[in-house]
Amino acid sequence: MLPVSMADLAKKANLLRAEVVKMLTNAGTGHPAGPLGSADFWTMLYFGGLINYKVDDPWWEERDRVVLSAGHYCPILYAVLAEAGFFPKSELMTLRQLGSKLQGHPVARSLPGIETSSGPLGQGISQAVGMALAAKMDNQKWRVVCFMGDGEQDEGQVWEAYLCAAKYTLSNLTVVIDRNNIQIDGYTENVMPLDSLAAKLAAFNLNVIEVDGHNLTEIKEAYERAKVIFEKPTAIILRTIPGKSVSFMENNPAWHGKVPSPAEEILALTELKKQ
Amino acid sequence: MINPEMKAMRDGYGEGLVEAGKRNEKVVVLVADLTESTKTDLFRAEFPERFFEMGISEQNMMGVAAGMAACGKIPFVNSFACFNPGRNWEQMRLSVCLSGNNVKVIGGHAGFGNGTDGGNQQMFEDIALTRVLPHLTVVVPADYEQAKKMTIAIGEFLGPVYMRMTKPKREVVTTKGTPLIIGKAQVLRSGKEVTVFACGAMVYEALQAAEEVASEIDVEVINVHTIKPLDKETIVNSARKTGRVVTAEEHSIIGGLGGAIAELLAEEYPVSMRRVGMRDKFGETGEPDELLAKYGMTKEAIVGKIKEVR
Repeated sequence: MLPVSMADLAKKANLLRAEVVKMLTNAGTGHPAGPLGSADFWTMLYFGGLINYKVDDPWWEERDRVVLSAGHYCPILYAVLAEAGFFPKSELMTLRQLGSKLQGHPVARSLPGIETSSGPLGQGISQAVGMALAAKMDNQKWRVVCFMGDGEQDEGQVWEAYLCAAKYTLSNLTVVIDRNNIQIDGYTENVMPLDSLAAKLAAFNLNVIEVDGHNLTEIKEAYERAKVIFEKPTAIILRTIPGKSVSFMENNPAWHGKVPSPAEEILALTELKKQ
Repeated sequence: MINPEMKAMRDGYGEGLVEAGKRNEKVVVLVADLTESTKTDLFRAEFPERFFEMGISEQNMMGVAAGMAACGKIPFVNSFACFNPGRNWEQMRLSVCLSGNNVKVIGGHAGFGNGTDGGNQQMFEDIALTRVLPHLTVVVPADYEQAKKMTIAIGEFLGPVYMRMTKPKREVVTTKGTPLIIGKAQVLRSGKEVTVFACGAMVYEALQAAEEVASEIDVEVINVHTIKPLDKETIVNSARKTGRVVTAEEHSIIGGLGGAIAELLAEEYPVSMRRVGMRDKFGETGEPDELLAKYGMTKEAIVGKIKEVR
């Protein structure tokens, strides 16, 4: 992979945001805030050289496993996978339509690059733990990344999984939590207070790194640091702005699960073009 | 059958699991703090590096197994049926079944297995819960020998499976040589007037019931060890022959073996039918045999239904 500048990556992230806006407007239902807020992370993960994958051999045994636990973020993952070349970009506009491989929430192996089924929250992290455990048993070098939402941390299963990850010293597992402070019913701290998330994760024996989720350099450094911590699994808390880069969506819980109207789509795409 | 040997299904399972582990190094075992009860201690002793103690966290255990299966392992996930799949049904639905992951879910101490522990841990709903899940195969061995054979068979079978067992020592009705094919019901006794379809420990009770009424009624007894996929051919053919059906299971009559056979026969060949099983109730504290008698899951109960259905 050719070295890419941070400026190019930032530009790519915004192109992917525009893709997400178009996909969701076209689909008529879905979740824009999280995908827009985490676009910088996903761009860095796939195009910043953080993980190993082969577009022409998507199920390559030694690939790093990317587990999307928060299934409703899938539009950004679909857009990233298409951008990487796992499947034609023309398929993106089939999201949520009958017969589409782009299911409303991901189904395992329905598309190259989709490792697990998700939607019901909290289940991806356990599967990621299982994968990391299998890799460790077989002395494999590949790593596992599990992406979760912050509202998802309400699920008890998540904390069972953290106990287990720490027990088996799964340093080949990196947990990424999108700390955007919103969930469907409102702000996370009103729905079910989560702070201090970092202290909770540390108490569960995870190595915790907090970053600005829109700072590509911080994301890269955190992930590289996770790779050289051998005593613990690492949790990276991405502090993000939900709906990032579309001003009327930013920080507004209403946009967790509502899609733009055609007029709002034009506004959003115009804003994204200017950045 | 005169004085059959009494052995526990879970012992057959524990031994079968070691054999499955020997045959395939991809077999791994996960347990939620019930190692000795589930007889997975035998596997742990033989293959400690393939044994994973997951603590009292059945939901995570199911997900971890799914992740391991996605990487080529063949996980056996163990606990009591009231927790596994009782507690982690949703994880089995999404992480295992929807994804088609090759996980073997083992529900122990089903029915009145946990007799004195009370109704909270007596599971009469697990077959109903699992039978509705697409991609899942559901099996109920009848005794120690069959549990052992079934364990080896499901280890070699590609796809998610739920296997349920009861706890107490029960009569061994099959032998080492009895063939076992997943999905193929076993005619254990041929008859012309009434068919009893049974599973689990009720298979022995059904055979005893058939024997007791033999002088007046010619009863066929079929061991339906695979609840899903149901062996339609064997079941419909027998119903066609006898025209009268009784089902017997240590499970709710709703959604279990009786439910499955009623659904099948209602569409394919409606006949007069009675069900022996838990009648929409929770259990209570007591010895398993006392409870089976109180709640009507015995040879006597089956005899009663055989006479009623005529």
